[in-house]
Parts: sequence; structure tokens; C-alpha cells
Amino acid sequence: MDRFSWTTGLLELGETLVVQQRGVRLSDGEEKVKFDSGVLLLSTHRLIWRDQKNHECCMAVPLSQIVFIEEQAAGIGKSAKIVVHLHPASSNKEPGPFQSSKYSYIKLSFKEHGQIEFYRRLSEEITQRRWESIPTGQAMQVKRGSQAGRIRAVGIVGIERKLEEKRKETDKNISEAFEDLSKLMEKAKEMVELSKSIANKIKEKQGDITEDETIRFKSYLLSMGIANPVTRETYGSGTQYHMQLAKQLAGILQTPLEERGGIMSLTEVYCLVNRARGLELLSPEDLVNACKMLESLKLPLRLRIFDSGVMVIELQSHNEEEMVAAALETVSEKGSLTADEFAKLVGMSVLLAKERLLLAEKMGHLCRDDSVEGLRFYPNLFLTQS
Amino acid sequence: QAKYKERGTVLAEDQLAQMSKQLDTFRTNLEEFASKHKQEIRKNPEFRVQFQDMCATIGVDPLASGKGFWSEMLGVGDFYYELGVQIIEVCLALKHRNGGLITLEELHQQVLKGRGKFAQDVSQDDLLRAIKKLKVLGSGFGLIPVGGTFLVQSVPAELNMDHTVVLQLAEKKGFVTVSEIRASLRWETERARQVLEHLLKEGMAWLDTQAPDEPQFWLPALFTELHSQEITPEEAKEAIP
Repeated sequence: MDRFSWTTGLLELGETLVVQQRGVRLSDGEEKVKFDSGVLLLSTHRLIWRDQKNHECCMAVPLSQIVFIEEQAAGIGKSAKIVVHLHPASSNKEPGPFQSSKYSYIKLSFKEHGQIEFYRRLSEEITQRRWESIPTGQAMQVKRGSQAGRIRAVGIVGIERKLEEKRKETDKNISEAFEDLSKLMEKAKEMVELSKSIANKIKEKQGDITEDETIRFKSYLLSMGIANPVTRETYGSGTQYHMQLAKQLAGILQTPLEERGGIMSLTEVYCLVNRARGLELLSPEDLVNACKMLESLKLPLRLRIFDSGVMVIELQSHNEEEMVAAALETVSEKGSLTADEFAKLVGMSVLLAKERLLLAEKMGHLCRDDSVEGLRFYPNLFLTQS
Repeated sequence: QAKYKERGTVLAEDQLAQMSKQLDTFRTNLEEFASKHKQEIRKNPEFRVQFQDMCATIGVDPLASGKGFWSEMLGVGDFYYELGVQIIEVCLALKHRNGGLITLEELHQQVLKGRGKFAQDVSQDDLLRAIKKLKVLGSGFGLIPVGGTFLVQSVPAELNMDHTVVLQLAEKKGFVTVSEIRASLRWETERARQVLEHLLKEGMAWLDTQAPDEPQFWLPALFTELHSQEITPEEAKEAIP
């Protein structure tokens, strides 16, 4: 490990990136060192290792220092490795992590695979010895006063190299992640098929599934995100989880509801609850499914759906029809009101203000005047002045 | 008869037990996947798209519930559900200006602004998926395809095919006239008028009667360069009563 020198990790002019691999650990001969998790880059000229957590920790060894390389296959609990045998360090070598070492070889452990490809490329580069024919210039260096010893390369070339590095790293990571994802999806697909089969049996009443088992089945579906094929209801509605959630909501929403006149739209509730949680947020469907259970669980809140499709949570004690009477008074006082005006007066959201006025209209208390200037509501004089 | 029924019971119960076991195994596999690739999902919008598409293909909705494995272990849930909150807040803050219609681009910009410099990157695909989930809350979230992108609707206004088509027509210049509708869509004046009046009533269109030839119906949702007012995250939060 004493052959390495600290470096910026930026490629020099004339130097080309060949391959890189994440998740590589360095060892000094047989001994572990603290360089546990890094990106290993192979260029036409050097072998570079950069710490994944601390990008400033970056070191390299020239390929010309390599005597020969060996492969070490993976074993149980052991990653595949490449052993790199090196010439002794030259006397004018730049400073690196180690001053001296009792080993003349290092080991590269590929914790996230990629050993085979890397070995192949490294062999090629050692054979071709491209570093001998391509001279490298130093990238321009600008020393930053405040960061002593840190050198930055300036210019298009440096930037392009960095972008290419990033792109290649991303591609490599993606392809591996994608492979793993595909395998995972295969397994998930099996579960989907199995759940369909079970659902069919339930439907055709082949076998009495007890209620307990039905509940279990629903929770399995919920975990996997599979639509409930029996009832066609949205994902696992009516599970234990949603029951608990409903009870929680009843507790959380009591005060906010009281502060807002006893009624809130479901979008308001969604935002309120999730902002309060910070983590482990509820999905919109979780919220709706829990709210659907409020009434049957005899909780002090209920879900109400207006004709327009707008969904609200009301306190049980809240009586929208009574609020309508109050709304009628307000409108009468002002002669006429739009939803916006009413909302401002009463201190409600425009959405709910509109619903209340529409309800009042439905009940016959208000009349509408629908023009391009907006929707305006008047007391229904046809009813009162007969 | 009885024997047949009995066998049926055993089979179903067996399958349930089998599913339970497979579920445990799957959970472990997913944990392993998460330990290696969770970052990929967090940081990479393209990978998220792949992931979502694969789930859809096999019939799985990773965003159905915060209690699902996908959400718990990959953290995809929190990402999209929080995005949902941010989308609601932005739409609410701008509703007075655009009547509840906003382009996907503008929504994207405003959401990114609200999230701040150090937050994860969010793509337009991410927004679309979050919006599709918000539909179920009943407050009128919807997507209207226009000119290769989308208008996001966030109010429960009835917009039928006629309205959508006129919005698409208006997308090119940000406004539309009765003559244009008659010429492009071959509608009668009355039909065009009704659609435009509806958009006016909903606050989604503004009327410019001082235009040279004939009144122009402008859609604030489509004003891109004319934005002067910037909504700060605080203002957006305050917009929720």
C-alpha cells in the first residue's frame, strides 16, 4: 500500500477512463486497512481509488508499477478479489496513505461484484501499455488559498471527464440495480399469481375461509400492493391496519376540526396528518380507506361525500344542514354572495364554502345567478315570498 | 359432496400458508435489495420510472399503502406522499390566479423551489405519479393532456371533452378566440361560447375585451414568461387554512 499517492482523482489530459467499479475494498497484502468502501477506477495510465463517503480521500498508483495480477474467486462470505503485485515504490513518488509496507502486493475486494470485468480490462491495459505511448499533460492547476493543498483542474476537459465519470458510474449502478430488480419482480409476480388463485377459491366458495384468514389475506395483499381481487375494493380496504389508523385519526383530528368549524376537506386532512408525521407517511388510499371505517367503528368523526365528489371529514356533532341555516342568514344580510366572498366572511376554505352554498341551494334556501362574472347566490325568494 | 368440500378447504388454507411463507422470503429479498439499491431509487428519476413500470406490469402498486413492503423498505412511499403534499400546497397557493389549472412545467418549477437546494431531485414523471394518487382524495385532481405535456387540474370543476379540446387549442398562444375555435374545430358559435363561458366562470380563463379584432380568452395557467409573483414556501403553507 505504500505505492499509492494521493491524487485529486481528476484524469489528466491524454488519460482516458476505461472502467470503474463501486464497492471495492483495499487491503495491504493480507492486512485490512481502513479503506473499506470505494470506487475503483481504471484509466489508461493509473489505478485510482476514491472513498465513497469522503470524496476527498483519493489515491492512485501508476499502471507502470504493476508486475502482474491474479484473480481470487469468491467464497462463502468472501468477495471475489484481484491481487496486484507491484514494483517497489520509486524514491520520488508523491506522498500517499502509507509510508512503508511489508507487502509488495495489494488486494482489491469486489464487494458489489464487477471483478470479472475489471480483471479483464486491467489485463488488457497492462498488456497494451498505452501509458507509454500517450503522454499526459498536467491539467491546469489553480491553488485555492483557503483550502491548502487542494488542487483543482480548470477547463472544459476536466469538466467533461467528470461528467463522463458520473455517467459511467450511473450506468454501471443502474444495470446492476436493474438486474437485481428484475429478479425481485419475478418473485413478486409469483405472489400475484398465488393471490389470484386464492381469491378465485374464495369466490367460488371452494373451502370455507374463516374470517380470520380473510383478514390475513387482506393484509398480505396490502403488504404487496396487490388489488383485492375478491371485492374489487381498492387495495386491502378494511384491514386491521386501516382500523387502527381510523382510531388514530379520530384522536389527531378532533382539535383541528373544532378549530375549523367542524369540517375539513380530505386534502386538508392528508396534508395536516402527513406534515405532522414527517416519516412513514400515509398514502392517499390509506387515508380514504381508514376514513371509510370511521362510521362503522362508531368514532366521533365521519366521512362525507358531496355530490361534486368532494370528500370531507366532519365531527359527528357537526350538522351541515344547520350550518346551512346560518349561511342563509349571512347571504340574506349581504343580499348576495359568491363562494369566494362567503369564504372570506366566514373564514372557511373556498372549496368548503362552495359546497355549503350548493347544499343550501339543494335544500331550496338559495338561488343561483350563474354568469360570466361568477356564480352568485341569493336567498330563494320564491320560497319565502309566496 | 362433503369430501369434495373438505379438500377445497385444505387447498385454500394451504395456499394461504404458502403465501405467508413466500411473503416472509420476499420481505427478506426486498430488504437485501434495499440495502444495495435504495440510494438508486432515491437519487435516480429514470430508475424510478423503470421500477414503477415493472411493478405495473406484474400487477403491483408500490404506492397503494404506506404500510406496504415497497414503501416501508424502499422509502418510495414517503417520497411520493410527501410530494403529494407539496403539490397540493402549490396548487392551493396559485388557485386564485389560475382557477385551479396549472401546467406541469410550472408546477415542477414551484415544487422544486419549495423543496430547496438540498432536497432530492424530482422529475415530471414523479409529479404525474403523485398526482394520480391524489385523485382518490376527491378534490378534483386530474391531468389534461395538452400540446405534448399536461395541465394539472386541482379543483372539482367539470371539464368535459369540449373544454379539454379548447384548452389544447389555447396552449399554443396562451389565449383563444371564438373565431379560432370555429375555424379549427368547426364548431358553431354557440358551442364555442358555452365552453369559453364555463372556463370564465371557473376562473380558469380571463377575458380581454380590448383585443383588436375580437375578445380574447386568456388562460393564466399558460402564462409562462409573465409570472411576476413568486410564492414562497411559507406563503404556500399559509394557503392551507
